[in-house]
Amino acid sequence: MSALATEALTLSLGGRRVLEEVTLTLAPGRVTALLGPNGAGKSSLLACLAALRRPDSGAATLDGKDVTALPVRERARRIGFLPQQADVHWDVDVRALVALGRLPWRGHGAAGVADRAAVERALEATAMTALAGRPVEQLSGGERARALLARVLAGEPEWLLADEPLASLDPAHQLDVGARLRAVAAAGAGVVLVVHDLNLAARLADSVLLLRAGRVVAAGDTSAVLTPETIAATYGVTVEVGVTAGGERYIVPVGRV
Amino acid sequence: MSRATLWLLLALLLAAAGSLAAGKVWVPLDAWTSADPRSIIIVELRLPRTILALIVGAALGVAGAAMQGYLRNPLADPGLFGVSSGAALGAVCALFFGYAAQAWLLPLFALAGAAATMALLALIAGRSASLLVFTLAGMVLTSLTGSLTALAISLAPTPFVASEIVTWLMGALTDRSWDDVWLALPLVALGVAVLARTAPALDALTLGETAARSLGVEPRRLQRAIVLGVALTVGATVATAGVIGFVGLMVPHLVRPLARHRPGATLWPSALAGALLVTVADTLVRLVPSASELRLGIAMSLLGAPFFLYLLLRLRRRLA
Repeated sequence: MSALATEALTLSLGGRRVLEEVTLTLAPGRVTALLGPNGAGKSSLLACLAALRRPDSGAATLDGKDVTALPVRERARRIGFLPQQADVHWDVDVRALVALGRLPWRGHGAAGVADRAAVERALEATAMTALAGRPVEQLSGGERARALLARVLAGEPEWLLADEPLASLDPAHQLDVGARLRAVAAAGAGVVLVVHDLNLAARLADSVLLLRAGRVVAAGDTSAVLTPETIAATYGVTVEVGVTAGGERYIVPVGRV
Repeated sequence: MSRATLWLLLALLLAAAGSLAAGKVWVPLDAWTSADPRSIIIVELRLPRTILALIVGAALGVAGAAMQGYLRNPLADPGLFGVSSGAALGAVCALFFGYAAQAWLLPLFALAGAAATMALLALIAGRSASLLVFTLAGMVLTSLTGSLTALAISLAPTPFVASEIVTWLMGALTDRSWDDVWLALPLVALGVAVLARTAPALDALTLGETAARSLGVEPRRLQRAIVLGVALTVGATVATAGVIGFVGLMVPHLVRPLARHRPGATLWPSALAGALLVTVADTLVRLVPSASELRLGIAMSLLGAPFFLYLLLRLRRRLA
């Protein structure tokens, strides 16, 4: 079983301390949500886990090895990263876009049978097969988000790290993409998401990690950690927590602490 | 190989054959097999010129495609890093100081100019792999070398030197010899090989720099490869043919739909289409009925400006 963790990870950006001695262990096969107010260090933590930022001290580790010390290609194969920006700079078609996820596997070579099969699986998993030949510029926002998710799925990484994958989606697509992310975790991969919406986190995540000013406030199973007390300590707001008839928890902010 | 690539190759063969035959003196292609006295025109004049046109066009096409892919900007041009104007300044220095009497010194000066610009670019940009710093550094160098070139023209010791510099700057393939081919060929081949290796990284940059890095692209390494490849290809073309603009800008646009808009897959078709464009244009300038031959660089600009306008109008329509 692969384990992604951080050990006393400290990071400064532009002279400002962004993460302070963050130690955590993430379990595969689960969806973990990183929560916290703006500027808490969520995206920075995700970038450190993906080896896109090098911490000042401490380390992010994959199976005990520093992720920044892993061979670049191995790291790219094992850790998939979905950035927040949905930039696509050229008007490629969806299949070509998704095939980019195979680059760590094929390098300079042409796409092989395994690569093509993985691309088709990713298209299938995101319900994009019918749109595979369509230029990206003709996609709606939701379709584009699914195509970009398919891109990272095509690499079939052990860890899928996504920075606010649901932020720009309407509720239907949020549920849709959320369900696909849960399916990825159910298939054995570790899924780590930066999420802003407490309700989505409550619904999607098996575990949550609450950050405030670069420090971990609380971490653990969603139902145990996401309480009015920890939310107040993290965000400085009072909330009411309720349960729908279907058993889904919902969280409504009602005022500042 | 796609069908479009095959058509490009076929057109290239026809254009090359046409380029061998066309000129002030029409030489039928069968003339060089026999003991025809005209065969010397083909072997010593037309053949090196045609081959140089192919090399120069391919080099500019690939360099343009790589630059556009790297900067993720369809308006990027291989001249943007200042390598082209740096090489031109080198050549201008050779003319200014009268070293160009030896035919081989001018290209050497041009290559030295390209290398010096590249070194300065690396020095200014430092360890930063930021595209912004890099592009601005290129613009500074382009403007600096451009003004030094203008200075050389204004201070030229004799009007003859000034006119020689101005004429040279316009770029042409007139009277090129096998020496030019042997100078350009290895440098361009090496540069194209370096740029071709960047194809997967250019593809990955479609997703932006962060996602590209997560896919294993190392920005600093990519930057080095692009600068080296562009310096080799563009430096060698300026050294042997002078400044020929717009090829690197136009060609990637024309072939991009053939490559289904993938920046990495645009490189090779750009080489073929660039070679085709320059060969055809160089054939046509020979056929224009004028007292002295129309300069290739001018012909390209005449062709390029309306093309640029067309791109602009299309962009405007899309943004509307």
